[in-house]
Amino acid sequence: MSEVTEYIIAGLLLLGGAFSLIGALGLARLPDFFTRLHGPTKATTLGVGAIMLSSVIYFSNSGEGLGVAEILITVFLFLTAPVSANMLAKAAMHIGVSPMDGTRGNPWDQ
Amino acid sequence: MITIALYATIAMVVLAALLNMFRLLKGPDAPDRVLALDTLYINAIALIILVGITLGTRMYLESALLIAVMGFVGTVAMAKYLKRGSVIE
Amino acid sequence: MLARIGFPQPWLSLLLFITWQLLSDGISGGSVVLGLILAWAIPRITYGFWPEPPGFVNAWRMPVYLAIVLWDIVLASFSVAKLILSPRKPRPAFICYPLQLEHPLAISILASTISLTPGTVSADVSDDQKLLLIHALDAEDNQAVIDSIHNRYEKPLMEMFK
Repeated sequence: MSEVTEYIIAGLLLLGGAFSLIGALGLARLPDFFTRLHGPTKATTLGVGAIMLSSVIYFSNSGEGLGVAEILITVFLFLTAPVSANMLAKAAMHIGVSPMDGTRGNPWDQ
Repeated sequence: MITIALYATIAMVVLAALLNMFRLLKGPDAPDRVLALDTLYINAIALIILVGITLGTRMYLESALLIAVMGFVGTVAMAKYLKRGSVIE
Repeated sequence: MLARIGFPQPWLSLLLFITWQLLSDGISGGSVVLGLILAWAIPRITYGFWPEPPGFVNAWRMPVYLAIVLWDIVLASFSVAKLILSPRKPRPAFICYPLQLEHPLAISILASTISLTPGTVSADVSDDQKLLLIHALDAEDNQAVIDSIHNRYEKPLMEMFK
């Protein structure tokens, strides 16, 4: 494995870890449910995507062929993240979780 | 080089999982807890991949795939339960 | 012709077949047979759940759209990360987005795109499919958010689904 690929893999790994951490930090720190929804759907999904990409590069460089399973998992996560966020938002609006003070507009429930 | 980055990343993901646990225990509402579980399984997938790279094997990817599928179904089922009061109508 | 031998949605069947080949370790006789069975059976079982097939006129625009969305996901994550790490309070807002798309599949693609891109999560579609409720994490101006979504994502989708 050349040095450049090693740097790329290490950089992607650290980027992925940082995004996972930031997503979790947002989940722990933001003030209400609807703002918390943003961290996991974007940051965490991209974090796992970056880690998968580094895994693909790592294993294709160590002579085990292209990793199809990683790509499938990544695509699946990117497809499902918005759907679960949407369903959770609907459920929260139905239960009547109140948004934080200073939120403009109103949630609706039908 | 890669080894150091691997261990640093594993530490970060574990810390992220702990933060999710905090939200899971604290709530305050049911959707918050479901969201924390959702993020937790995504972090579990990341950890499995990282362990796979550390051990130099791809065997664990199958389980990561299963967790991805089952976790999504679980989240949707719980969201549906919160909204309707039943999973299958 | 394809519908007569039992593939009412050939594209879905093809997608399922390819996915099954990727899932099973290497292409072998068994995986091909099982893939064909699945590609035949799953569209039949789920037939009732699909909305009527869309008029997909410009399918070749899809890769361009996906590339734009992928790039925006990266940008979105950076902007959300910045907001999470900064100490100031976010300015969240619920925004009603007037939909111009009509087909259910196009609307769900738009809603998913909105959820993955900067600062917005789509929350709900009104029953008559005319309004999309969006939650923005940090919005100064509702109209600016609506305009940027319209220009960046809805217009390409409108050209794809006529």
